[in-house]
Amino acid sequence: MKRLRVWIMRLAGMFSQGRRERELADEINSHLQLHIDDNLRSGMTPEQARRNAFLKLGGVELTKQAYREGNTIPFLENLQQDLRFAIRQLRKNPGFTGIAVFVLALGICASVAIFAFVDAALIKPLPYHDSGRLVGVYESVPMFPRSNLSYLDYLDWKKSNTVFSSLEMYNHTGFLLSTPTGAEPALGSRISAGFFRTLGVAPALGRDFHDDEDSLTAPRTVILSYATWQKRYGGKKDILGQTVTLNDLPNTIIGVMPPDFHFAPAEPTEFWTAFHATNSCDKRRSCHNLYGLARLKDGVSIQAALADTTLIAQQLEKQYPDSNRGQGAAVAALSEVIVGEIRPILLMLLGGSGLLLLIASINVASLLLVRSESRKREIAVRNALGASPARLFCQFVTEGLVLAAAGSVIGLVSAHWVMQLLAKLVPKEMMARMPYLQDLGLNARVLAFAGAITLLVVVLFSLIPTFRLSLSEMREGLTESSRGSAGMIWRRLGSKLVMVELATAVVLLVGAGLLGKSLYLLLQVDIGLQPDHLATLQVAAPPKYAKNEQAIALKQQIVGRIASLPGVIAVGTTSNIPVSSNGNTVWFRILGRPWNGEHNEAPQREVSHDYFTTIGARLLRGRYFTEADDATKPLVTIINQALAKQYFPNEDPIGKHISYLSDPPVPMEVVGVVEDIKEGPLDVPTPPVIYAPFNQSPDNDFGLVVRTSQDERFLIPTLAAVIHQIDPGIATSEAITLNDRINDSPSAYLHRSSAWLVGGFAALALLLGVVGLYGVIAYSVSRRTREIGVRMALGAQRSSVYMLIMKEAGWLAAIGIVAGLICSAAATIFMRKLLFGVQSWDVSTLIAVAAVLAVSALTASYLPARRAASINPVEALRAE
Amino acid sequence: MGDKTDVWQGTLALMILKTLETMGPLHGYGIARRIEQTSGNLLSLNYGTIYPALLKLEQEGSIASEWGLSDNNRKAKFYRLTRSGRKQLEKETQDWERATAILARFISPKEDPV
Repeated sequence: MKRLRVWIMRLAGMFSQGRRERELADEINSHLQLHIDDNLRSGMTPEQARRNAFLKLGGVELTKQAYREGNTIPFLENLQQDLRFAIRQLRKNPGFTGIAVFVLALGICASVAIFAFVDAALIKPLPYHDSGRLVGVYESVPMFPRSNLSYLDYLDWKKSNTVFSSLEMYNHTGFLLSTPTGAEPALGSRISAGFFRTLGVAPALGRDFHDDEDSLTAPRTVILSYATWQKRYGGKKDILGQTVTLNDLPNTIIGVMPPDFHFAPAEPTEFWTAFHATNSCDKRRSCHNLYGLARLKDGVSIQAALADTTLIAQQLEKQYPDSNRGQGAAVAALSEVIVGEIRPILLMLLGGSGLLLLIASINVASLLLVRSESRKREIAVRNALGASPARLFCQFVTEGLVLAAAGSVIGLVSAHWVMQLLAKLVPKEMMARMPYLQDLGLNARVLAFAGAITLLVVVLFSLIPTFRLSLSEMREGLTESSRGSAGMIWRRLGSKLVMVELATAVVLLVGAGLLGKSLYLLLQVDIGLQPDHLATLQVAAPPKYAKNEQAIALKQQIVGRIASLPGVIAVGTTSNIPVSSNGNTVWFRILGRPWNGEHNEAPQREVSHDYFTTIGARLLRGRYFTEADDATKPLVTIINQALAKQYFPNEDPIGKHISYLSDPPVPMEVVGVVEDIKEGPLDVPTPPVIYAPFNQSPDNDFGLVVRTSQDERFLIPTLAAVIHQIDPGIATSEAITLNDRINDSPSAYLHRSSAWLVGGFAALALLLGVVGLYGVIAYSVSRRTREIGVRMALGAQRSSVYMLIMKEAGWLAAIGIVAGLICSAAATIFMRKLLFGVQSWDVSTLIAVAAVLAVSALTASYLPARRAASINPVEALRAE
Repeated sequence: MGDKTDVWQGTLALMILKTLETMGPLHGYGIARRIEQTSGNLLSLNYGTIYPALLKLEQEGSIASEWGLSDNNRKAKFYRLTRSGRKQLEKETQDWERATAILARFISPKEDPV
């Protein structure tokens, strides 16, 4: 208690120093007066009396100093002094200070902003109870290592497993929501009753599903997402008990989830409905449409869970060979499921921003070094006047601290803006799938990170100038005249720093180059169609169009109306619009060949007869479908080149028959082979694909593809309007041009954003590195003015002066580039997963980077070299 | 150096407190003078050292200060004991007596009957 009081008083003493100082002076004065009075009284002469009083006191200044140290906190007081001095020094040099703070802020801003994303995605735990024990549960087939479970398989797994304390499931799906103005598509999830309890979350309003609420006999119930409650129901409390019509079926609203709840694998979800196994897929063991979510029992590892589920899968395979052949199991940590894909990208970006920060701080550090070089005399004088090396060291640390603090404050504020900006740049649909990014911001962890890197920067800054604070150096400082050779320390250390900068810039440039090339190659991928002037739209018609004839009539009506729009050249439909996913697969066999029940898997698409011509596909053999290929005719199919190559390697597939797995087989004649159309993501090789004519397998849910002679963007709003004229109950979604679909597809987006960000880092790094080189060379020239003057006076040609300087720069750049190339060879190994179609040691990228850096380095050193060559020897020699 | 000063400062604080207790409010010079006299001039004190000690006691709240006039009409800062200072003095006196008693046993030991 008493100690604390003392410290508080001392701290307070720091702020009232002037007054205390005056009071102390008065007190000492009065002390001396009293003593002198006494001495006079005891018979001393005035002179003796004074002298004795001063002697007895033991020195006025000493007393005052001892008092001062007791009155304040000496360390803090020194710090305060140093701070004041540092700020005065820095203000005297606004150019230096401005550049240093700006460069630092840049580096810190980039690092902190990227770290905030890393924190939100990778560090912050998932918002569920004990989220480390949650796992995703999947079936596994060669084509999809994590594929959906079928409902019947799920029930068996749930019953037989011994490793999960609970196994639940979710089926992210589209609903047709009835609203007063017509039908609207709404995304939702059908979940098993214990889904939320397994996550350890509960509705904020109302109740969770009861245990048997997902049975067939239970009434249909739904829980709303918070956003939906706000958006569609105005956040009204009396919402519970109301009904909402999904797919023409009434559901009772029983709850609302909390605002911060999200479940990334099933986002965006507006409606969480209790699962009812009513659609045809739910009843077939071979139809896989849902994912498992489980909580591991205590002490059970993921490997053990995998072993257990694999065993169950094998049992089911024996029991149901028709449907379960080749169906394995997969179990993965939920965090892996959610952020597994984005983790390497974020880590790479964090690495990139870290390198940028490294360059920025080295840049500022070498600026500090130059300053300390020109302050050599000042330091020597202060040392000679009694400042201890420790005291001088403190002074340097303080200066570094002031710079770093200013840089990090500005960096933090701008990072706050930058991360909001970056988050806004992410397309909406993409952001909806990454809900964990929604509370991006400067939280405690991000601030701690910023503090840590600021501290590192301070350490770096204070270390560098103090390298040369040895006493001998200081004495030298007094004697060395300012016109001596370029400071040795500077040349030794400063040039090394520049090499590090250049090497780091090379690493970033190589990274950016590889990512840029990946992006280019990705967008160059042959997708087997002409994407320009194509508009696409997903159509979902209500159940009254479910029958075959109804679906065909509807499709004909829609296609006919759209084809008559001005500018429209062709209209086609497909069950899945290209460049989306390789899902919706079928199992097939080739008739007329021995078959042992194996599952040949291929995505299957039902397309209208004019679909291929609409998208500009290329027919390799045979013919396209015609309007006449309908239910009255023998079944026909068109296969892609990959299927032809894999299953008909040395024969002509035309005229051969394939069949889906059914008993007895239903033959379909192969009538055509098309060049591979990219059905799935751009960076995944196209698997074998089967196309069937719409008229032979119609559906009331299909994608519309429209080719127009005008700008396809203008067509998009018209498409939905035309369809709603036909029937307002038909829902439309995903209205987007095919080019946008390609450019915004997750793989393209991730490649593009990382290429841009790393490219930005690399450009800044190049700039800083080259400016650093320029600084070194320019400084060296300024210090060597006299030497160059002497050389020229002795007959050196201007060209040889050029050579002298360029050679110095050339060496630095060459070593930097070579070191950088070696480092990047090592660094880019970690990037391999992120690259597409390009090796991490791509020679052309390496050469290009080396060339860019060499040219920039030459440009940077040309200016000082020219200045050196234009030195007037007479003036140089006459100068001080 | 540290240990000696600590002991010295500790005892100086005790001397100041005791002086203020016996003499009532007194200025720095008076305190220093009185300590010297009480010690029978055995202690030679740099008067200057009294001020950091006074400051420390004041920061601890054991004494309080106030400007006033001395006997011969000089302006001077007078220190007086506070209530917590009195307690402090009591406690430190006891501590000191105990310490000296213990030391005395070491220096001239008496055999305790076993």
